[in-house]
Amino acid sequence: MNAPVLDIKNLIVRFATNDGEVAAVSDLSLSIGKGECLGIVGESGSGKSQTFLAVMGLLARNGSVSGEAIYGGVNLLTAGERALNELRGNALTMVFQDPMTSLTPHMKVGRQLTEVLIRHRGVDKTTARNEAVAMLKRVQIPEAERRFDMYPHELSGGLRQRVMVAMALLCGPALIIADEPTTALDVTVQAQILDLIRRAKDELDTAVVLITHDLGVVAGLADRVAVMYGGRLVEIGEVHQIFRAPQHPYTQGLLACTPRLDDPATATLVTIPGQPPNLQNLPSGCSYHPRCPYVMDRCRVERPVLTPGVSGGLKACHLDALVQGAA
Amino acid sequence: MSANLASPHGAALDAAATTEGRSLWQDAWRRLMANHAAVTGLVILVLIALVSVVGPYLLPWTYDEIDWRHVEALPPDMATRHYFGTDSLGRDLLARTLFGGRISLMVGILATTVALFIGVTVGAIAGFVGGRTDQYLMRFVDLMYSVPLTFFVIILMVVFGRNFILMFLAIGAVEWLTMARIVRGQTLTLRNKEFIEAARASGGSTTWIIIRHIVPNVLGVVMVYVTLTIPQVILLESFLSFLGLGIQEPMTSWGMLINDGAAELEVSPRTLIIPAAFMTVTLFCFNFLGDGLRDALDPKDR
Amino acid sequence: MWSYFARRVVIGVPTLWAIITVCFFLMRLTPGGPFDGEAPIPAEILVNLRARYHLDDPLWKQYVDYLISLLHGDFGPSFKYRDFTVTTLIAQGFPVSLQNGFAALVLAIVIGVPLGIVAALAQNTRRDYIVSAAAMTGIVIPNFVMGHVLILVFGVWLKDSFVHLPAGGWDDGAFANRILPVFCLALPYIAYLVRITRGSMIEAMRANYVRTARAKGLPFHTVVLRHALKSALVPVVTFLGPATAFLLTGSMVVETIFQIPGIGRYFVQGALNRDYTLVMGVTILSAALVIAMNLAVDLLYGLLDPKVRYER
Repeated sequence: MNAPVLDIKNLIVRFATNDGEVAAVSDLSLSIGKGECLGIVGESGSGKSQTFLAVMGLLARNGSVSGEAIYGGVNLLTAGERALNELRGNALTMVFQDPMTSLTPHMKVGRQLTEVLIRHRGVDKTTARNEAVAMLKRVQIPEAERRFDMYPHELSGGLRQRVMVAMALLCGPALIIADEPTTALDVTVQAQILDLIRRAKDELDTAVVLITHDLGVVAGLADRVAVMYGGRLVEIGEVHQIFRAPQHPYTQGLLACTPRLDDPATATLVTIPGQPPNLQNLPSGCSYHPRCPYVMDRCRVERPVLTPGVSGGLKACHLDALVQGAA
Repeated sequence: MSANLASPHGAALDAAATTEGRSLWQDAWRRLMANHAAVTGLVILVLIALVSVVGPYLLPWTYDEIDWRHVEALPPDMATRHYFGTDSLGRDLLARTLFGGRISLMVGILATTVALFIGVTVGAIAGFVGGRTDQYLMRFVDLMYSVPLTFFVIILMVVFGRNFILMFLAIGAVEWLTMARIVRGQTLTLRNKEFIEAARASGGSTTWIIIRHIVPNVLGVVMVYVTLTIPQVILLESFLSFLGLGIQEPMTSWGMLINDGAAELEVSPRTLIIPAAFMTVTLFCFNFLGDGLRDALDPKDR
Repeated sequence: MWSYFARRVVIGVPTLWAIITVCFFLMRLTPGGPFDGEAPIPAEILVNLRARYHLDDPLWKQYVDYLISLLHGDFGPSFKYRDFTVTTLIAQGFPVSLQNGFAALVLAIVIGVPLGIVAALAQNTRRDYIVSAAAMTGIVIPNFVMGHVLILVFGVWLKDSFVHLPAGGWDDGAFANRILPVFCLALPYIAYLVRITRGSMIEAMRANYVRTARAKGLPFHTVVLRHALKSALVPVVTFLGPATAFLLTGSMVVETIFQIPGIGRYFVQGALNRDYTLVMGVTILSAALVIAMNLAVDLLYGLLDPKVRYER
């Protein structure tokens, strides 16, 4: 891997709630290379979104962070609002899950785009308008000129998500964080949005973090995949390795759950038994042990650390080698 | 909880929802108990209600008894057993304050009960039956909203004379509008829930479903609104007393005592401050309790 | 949008008519009348009086006559102030109430809304608690207690100091005579505005689009003022509609305490004296204002939320 764009070390994210403190992300280290696409996979509540909201300084008020997230020699976690604002929307951008609520309802789409250019590039209104319209065309919004002067509610969900992608691309970012960018969209629109992100990555050499619970999305786009469970990284590796030879029973379970087109119609859907963990009261040892088919006594007391797996990558599991195709 | 975590606001991280076996009400109660302002409010309210109801029986003076030895406002005096002093007519201020509290609380609670009854009935019917019924009822509520209601209460009090029962009926009759709107909104969302459909599918009549399923489920919201309406009613009553349209002498309420005290403000501020303090503290407590209840029943709001 | 607006205006007219009708019959059908004074009036004078005010006509005729004269802007003669018509009294009192109400409204918005925003942005910090507690105090302390206390402090205790203010009276609207009543009038509205603004601003700051705005690297004040504030103002406007109507029609309490010749005080005296025509006049005026203000609120929604413009 080449020099990382973003290097996260020992990230911890906590939330103070009325029922005590909750660790949403525990001791997470990751790095994203230049022009690389890293897929982050996990169930809801695995801490995948909170990790990157923390990096962007967008945590809810009751959240606190520790650790490091280095971008361009700066630790984003301690950089302060002013320094962050120079980077956000400029070098580091985000595409959010819900395009219906992620645009300001009382502002025209165009202004929401131009204000980014005016803020970060100091251009005048006319230039900003021209560039924004050009970007809308680039993300294949038909009648871009007309849509520019519309309010968000006048656009469909797919178009709004295109606007969000355009907004993320405006300043030529080094890293785009796409937080479940297609979850709220129709299947046909999903593919188009993913295609836009892929093209941005190829044409602009932008690094992409693709947060999703959908392994299918990851397979088509990511170079590497990180799997999170209960706020921790449980496995990370090259995309083909993860899909062909997962090293962690949870990854294996997730893959088994993904329905495939070539499955016989009679096949029943597979699920992972049990519930996602309660972050306030995580199981002892390995958080996954109550649901793990390979659970051993050791798993209940000792938490596994990330170690190299037999087929490359890193995995946090006491098993030396996982039998493939078993789950 | 999992859904919350995925939501942008980790603030909503709420373990309560995942912990199984605890009912919504137990959960709300636990959250309420964790809210110091609300608990303090509740405790003080219970205390004030208790002394207002029981207190007058334990005092050496009654609220309408004139101490003929000194028919004037006197400072507190342990010897004559006027612990808070007397008012300008020589009546015991403590006894009057407690008795006035009894009337004020009673008006507050009774008027709110009237509002509750009308509001829940109208709201639940409008929301559940829907269609034209809903349209007409809500149109009527809209219409009532554009009526200057304080004026109407005053006109009613003038026209029919100062009558205790009329007073809480009149106040209740103007305070039910918001209640009806809230209940209707809640009912609308409930109407399409599975358990209502189940009840309907198994042949329950409309009245039965409303009483059995809708009303219990809107209770939480209604409770919050009740706690916030009672203080408003107490204020409205005190306002009527200020205009001389409240309770009739020698009966009294906090509003009347405050108004009497205001006239004596320069001579003996005590006659204003004591009842005003009682009333203000009560209103504070109701508001804290109401806010606490709302937070407890609607955790996403924190 | 405009058809919606026109529809609302059309609904407003029957509403006003219903209010007038209910008021009219409520007052005429009750025992006792404006001439039941302390000293009984001789029978023949009473007959004359009743004839003069057309109270001896059949009820339906009185009602129709009243409606017709209303259409001409004539609220009828005052029963109590016998040399005046209600229209004259309102023409005297309304400007006074209007001026004070408007001043109080401006004061309330200028103080209340920014304070609410400050509290919301500092949610659950000491600053928030102080502002919120002050707002709660403003809500639970009745207006008439506050009025008397203000008079005691500024009119009596500080009588010999330079901040001495008149304890009441109007003095043809001298500035010093306006300060205390306007402040007293504004106080509860300031408090309500703080609470409402705080609540809606907290809600708005949690919205997804505010997070998007922050993710764009916009400075905090831009995020707040450009992206969050507008939707936070919707509940504020909803509250301000009827509140404006009440403020402009004069506070009965404040005008009574400070002896201001506004229509609020006329209403109170009219009510206590059973001066039916005066009471009706003020009630109709304020009902019309409430209806008008609610309409204004609907129009403002359109400005705050572009969605409304199209959906209606």
